Amino acid sequence: MTRTTIGWLTGSLVHARPLTKSARSLTFEVPGWPGNAAGQHVDIRLTAPDGYQAVRSYSIASVGAGEDIELAVDRLPDGEVSPFLVDDLELGDQIELRGPLGGWFVWRPEQRAPIQLIAGGSGVVPFVAMLRAHAASGCSAPMQLLYSLRTPDDALFRDELVRNSARTRTTWHYSRAVPPGWSRAAGRLTTQDLRAETLPPEDLPLTYVCGPSGFVEAVASGLVELGHSADNIRIERFGGN
Amino acid sequence: MAVFGGRRQRGDNPALPPGQFLTGSFPVLSAGPTPSVSAADWEFTIRTETGKTHRWNWAQFMALPSEIISADIHCVTSWSKLNTAWRGVSLDTFFDDVETESDFVMAHSYGGYTTNLPLKEVLNGQAWIAHEYDGKSLDPEHGGPARLLIPHLYFWKSAKWVRGLVMQNKNAPGFWERNGYNLHGDPWREERYS
Ligand SMILES: Cc1cc2nc3c(=O)[nH]c(=O)nc-3n(C[C@H](O)[C@H](O)[C@H](O)COP(=O)(O)OP(=O)(O)OC[C@H]3O[C@@H](n4cnc5c(N)ncnc54)[C@H](O)[C@@H]3O)c2cc1C
Repeated sequence: MTRTTIGWLTGSLVHARPLTKSARSLTFEVPGWPGNAAGQHVDIRLTAPDGYQAVRSYSIASVGAGEDIELAVDRLPDGEVSPFLVDDLELGDQIELRGPLGGWFVWRPEQRAPIQLIAGGSGVVPFVAMLRAHAASGCSAPMQLLYSLRTPDDALFRDELVRNSARTRTTWHYSRAVPPGWSRAAGRLTTQDLRAETLPPEDLPLTYVCGPSGFVEAVASGLVELGHSADNIRIERFGGN
Repeated sequence: MAVFGGRRQRGDNPALPPGQFLTGSFPVLSAGPTPSVSAADWEFTIRTETGKTHRWNWAQFMALPSEIISADIHCVTSWSKLNTAWRGVSLDTFFDDVETESDFVMAHSYGGYTTNLPLKEVLNGQAWIAHEYDGKSLDPEHGGPARLLIPHLYFWKSAKWVRGLVMQNKNAPGFWERNGYNLHGDPWREERYS
C-alpha cells in the first residue's frame, strides 16, 4: 500500500478585510500552491510556541491558478481557531495549509446542468468560488443562489453577490431578523420556501447545499421531499449540530 | 506577530493518531442527503465473484450473535472520538459460509455510496455491522438502521446505511477514494488523501 500524505505549505497573510462584524476575508500567498477548483477546501494548521497544534478546514473563495488564495472565516464565539483567524492574525503572519482538498463538492465549467446553490451562513464561501468560476468561464448553464442568514448584517460578500446578480441571481432568506420593508417574517427555511425559491426537480438541477450541519441536513431532506433525486444533491457540512 | 494559544485538548494522548484532535461531539461526513431506510425493508447481502449471493433480512440479522464494541474512531477531517460504544455483529459471522478467492471487497450503501476494503482487514474481529450507538438504535444521520464499523481505518471506510459487500479481485476505488481520498485510510500512517 502506498503512503500518500499531502505535505503542508506555508502561507503568509497578504490581504485581510472585514466582511461582517464576525467574519473576515483572508488572502494568503502560498508559494507552491497548485491552484484549485471551485468548491474545494484547505486544512489550516496553527502551531503554538510550545508545539501544540490545531487543524481546521476552510473553503476557498478564490478559484483557479495562482499562488494567492482567499478564505472567509466566521468567528464562533467560543471557538479555538476561528477567533484567532478573525481577530488576531496580522498581515505578514504565517500559517500552514494543506490542499486543495475534496473532489466532490466542486463545480467545473464543463458541467452543463442548471445549478442551484443553497447556503446557510458562512456556507456561502465555496459558492462564491463557484459564482466566480461561472462568471470567468462565461458558462451559459443557469446558476442561482439561495442564501439563508440570521440577519441582514450577517451577509458575507453581499456587494459581490448583488453586483453579480444579473448573471447569478441571489435570493435572500432571513431566519432571525429581516431588513426594513421585507415582505415576509423571519423564520427558518422551510420546504415551502425551498419549493418557492429554488429550481424545481423538473429542471433536473444539480443542487449544492452548504452550511452548519443541522441546516444542511434539513435542506437536503426538504429537497428529497420535493422530488429531487438524491443523486443530484451534493452537500458540505461545516460542523456544529 | 499574532501568537496562537490554542486549547491543548490533545496533550500527549497515546490513543490519538498523528494530526488528530479530540472531540466530544459526533462530526458527520457525507456527500448527499441521508437516505431513509426502514428496518422492515433493510437487507444485507454478500456477493462473491461466482455471483453467489448470501442474504440477511433485519430479523435474521437480529438473530445473529451481537457484541458490544468499544472503539476509538478517527475521522479524516482530523477529529477523533475515544471510547465510543456500539452494538453489532462481527463480519466474521457473516463470512462463515462465504467462499471466495478475492482479496478485496466493495461495500455498497443505500443512497449509492461505496468504499473499497481489503478482505483481510474486515475479518478477524476488525469489522462489524453496527445497529446501536450508545445503547440506542442508530440514528439515520449516523448511518442507521445499520452501518459498517471498522475503527482501525479512517471513519469514511465505516460505510453508513450499508446494504452489501461485493467481492472484487482488484482494489478498485470507492466513492471518496475516487474523489481525492486515500485508497487505504490508515489513521496511524496518516493515509488521508491521494
Ligand atoms: C469542509 C469544511 C469547510 C469549511 N469552511 C469554512 C469556511 O469557509 N468558513 C468558516 O468560517 N468555517 C468553515 N468551516 C468550519 C471550520 O472548519 C471550523 O469548524 C470553524 O471555524 C470552528 O472552528 P473553531 O476552532 O473556531 O471552533 P471549535 O473550537 O472547533 O468549536 C467550538 C464549538 O462550536 C461548534 N462548531 C464547530 N463548527 C461549527 C459550525 N460551523 N457551526 C456551528 N457550530 C460549530 C463545535 O461543535 C464546538 O462546540 C468548514 C468546515 C469544513 C468541514
